[in-house]
Amino acid sequence: MSNTILGKKLGMTQIFDQIGNAIPVTLIQAGPCTVLQVKSTEKDGYNAIQLGFDDKKEKRTNKPDKGHLAKSGSNPKRYIRETRVTDPGLYEPGQVITAGTFKTGDFIDVTGTSKGKGFAGVMKRHGFSGFKATHGTHESKRGGGSLGPSADPARVFKGKKMPGQMGNETVTVQNLTVVDVREAQNLIAVKGPVPGAKNGLLIISFAKKKPIPDRPIQTEKPEAVESQEQDDTPVTVADTQPVEPVEENTQVEDKAQEETEEKSKSE
Amino acid sequence: MNVLEMYEKEHMKRDIPETPIGANVKVHYRIIEGEKERIQIFEGVVIVRKRAALRSTITVRKVSSGIGIERVFPLHSPRLEKIEVTRLGKVRKSKLYYLRALKGRKARIKEKDQF
Repeated sequence: MSNTILGKKLGMTQIFDQIGNAIPVTLIQAGPCTVLQVKSTEKDGYNAIQLGFDDKKEKRTNKPDKGHLAKSGSNPKRYIRETRVTDPGLYEPGQVITAGTFKTGDFIDVTGTSKGKGFAGVMKRHGFSGFKATHGTHESKRGGGSLGPSADPARVFKGKKMPGQMGNETVTVQNLTVVDVREAQNLIAVKGPVPGAKNGLLIISFAKKKPIPDRPIQTEKPEAVESQEQDDTPVTVADTQPVEPVEENTQVEDKAQEETEEKSKSE
Repeated sequence: MNVLEMYEKEHMKRDIPETPIGANVKVHYRIIEGEKERIQIFEGVVIVRKRAALRSTITVRKVSSGIGIERVFPLHSPRLEKIEVTRLGKVRKSKLYYLRALKGRKARIKEKDQF
């Protein structure tokens, strides 16, 4: 199964669990991601799929990209990223991977670009203490002090913490819990913060240090996407109708009902 | 309305009572101790009201045996049973932090005239 999806940070809020504990959550718009290309060992030397996320205007797309996207029949995408997969045979260009890949309770790793802080001093960047504000301190209140011993090494050791660029680097937060998944809205809520600013690109994958759940891939064929969109409209109308008992429903109705419930929750 | 606001709205309670600044309130808050559950009533003056959708809180201050106690209650928490407003206060500020420095007779708040 695909263990990676592209997403966008929407912001943070909090929700309450059953006993009333407040849980800090970050909302992420996860997908829908279109498979643009499938790479295999035979052809490319490694197994991977290329994902596209977030629509952009066609006039902002250059000709080489248009040609590449035409192969999978996808509309222009702002972000294109590759992810390794074990079995490329499961995928075909044009497939759509949705937020339903993840379920409540899963552990995920989230990679993003942290907020840039510019050229920062040692106090901000490494948490040094600086010097006293009074009692005779002069010239150096936020400095880092000595760089090390003198004549013996006669050099500064590698890795010495010094001022420099802080932030605006790739950061991965591991083992975040998925608290909520809204497949219809392509929304997932994870416990705790994720790197970067709002609207920043995130790469969400199953946690490297936890077992990956054994589930079939959550994808929709390109044709299915259109019918899905058509389905959505009557669901909103059906909101006010009473929900039928579960046991009478077939599987298809089950799904529709779930969507109805989700919709009615969101109202 | 963006996705975040919609998501917050979904989790919000709809029947939050108005708790004006300076009002005397009784907050019924559910306390869970192991298996047991009981309701604790905290009575005091509303000194802060933080309006932030789902994250809204009120801060209630009371003076208990000479020591000032302030508690922050998340308004949308399922543990919050109800809030009774017993008396409205006549105040001119939206944050009554000045009460912290006052004691006894000076820390009183005049009752608001009702029309």
